Amino acid sequence: MSLPLAVSGDSWLHRMPAGRKLLALLVGEVIVAAAARSVAAATVAVVVAAALWSLARVPVRTAWRSLRLILLVATLVGAAQWWYAGGAPAFVVTSQLVVAVAIAVLVTLTTRTSDLLDALDRGLKPLRHLGVDPARVSLTLALAVTSVPVVGGLLGELRQAARARGIRPGPVVLGVPLVVRTLQHADQLGEALAARGVDD
Amino acid sequence: MIRLDHVTHRYDDRVVLDDVDLELSERRIAVVGANGSGKSTFARLINGLIVPSQGSVTVDGLDTATQGAEVRRRVGFLFTNPEAQIIMPTVGEDVAFSLRRSGLPADQVRTKVAETLRALDLAGLEDRPSTHLSGGQKQLLALASVLVLEPDVLVCDEPTTLLDLRHTRQVHGILAALALQLVLVTHDLDLAADSDRVLVFDEGRVVADGAPGEAIAHYRGLVR
Repeated sequence: MSLPLAVSGDSWLHRMPAGRKLLALLVGEVIVAAAARSVAAATVAVVVAAALWSLARVPVRTAWRSLRLILLVATLVGAAQWWYAGGAPAFVVTSQLVVAVAIAVLVTLTTRTSDLLDALDRGLKPLRHLGVDPARVSLTLALAVTSVPVVGGLLGELRQAARARGIRPGPVVLGVPLVVRTLQHADQLGEALAARGVDD
Repeated sequence: MIRLDHVTHRYDDRVVLDDVDLELSERRIAVVGANGSGKSTFARLINGLIVPSQGSVTVDGLDTATQGAEVRRRVGFLFTNPEAQIIMPTVGEDVAFSLRRSGLPADQVRTKVAETLRALDLAGLEDRPSTHLSGGQKQLLALASVLVLEPDVLVCDEPTTLLDLRHTRQVHGILAALALQLVLVTHDLDLAADSDRVLVFDEGRVVADGAPGEAIAHYRGLVR
């Protein structure tokens, strides 16, 4: 299990400043949600997203790894929509879902996490007056990004441990130990952050 | 100079350190003892990660209970499990993360990160996802994230316990070459033998304190 990490490249998307990219993403997500509500508009959104991916020159293997889960989810959602509402609504909903995730993933693939954090730090500065700590928000984002593969690794270890004892690993068997191990990891991580003076 | 002034520490009713009174000025100090003897608590007290239930801990005159932030700027801490120390997704970003609040310009941050990675044999891995590193490389990365801050004191809590022999030797070599005060909690008696002073903990007390030969012999006697 992994979250898409930035891949090196020199496309215009890679070169675009992170702050501008985040702003464009925000605008793009709003347009997809608000305007891509007909088959024609949804088709345009898909074509634009595909063009952006093509211009970013992300390797096909990376693109597949990054999008396969959302494509699977979209297929299931689309099938259900087709059954209940018909072809056109299914196409619109599926397209909105895939485009919304695809452009967000494209931003993470073409931007280093540290650049995203710096941009968030700068962008959230005005919210300081409302009690928002930009550094804390960006740190939370970084922890979320890095914790996904860690939790995936813990799940893998628990699966192997269950199999080694002849127990069939399933949600019931793995659920509680996974929560406990994840909390232990969070505890250790918190201690490590404190040791690095992050909260001082 | 690290000073523990009659320090007692409890977790609820359980006493884990009992009236420890020490002055540590030597360059390399090793701490040995059985599991549960109080070694890790002792290490965390020096960094101010925990404050003593009784007594006081000072580093260069700074009290860990009241000046914890300043103490942590001087005292780096390396944990047993590097997984829990790595925060950013790639190697270079994780080391740079330590400098986020340093106020250094980006080019100086890059230079310091590159120098630190080179010193720890991680050059060329800047863009490698940290999850793709071996266990030994992860511990080196955790060490890099501490050393880039140039601490005066480094406290290591069993840093080689999870490593293979090759990486254990590599970490030994790196720690031995560091120009700072090192407090090393370890089960590795070969590593402890290279220290200037060895403390032996047993049931929350320092039961031997001195030159490596005598102190380690005392420890061997305890576990016989």
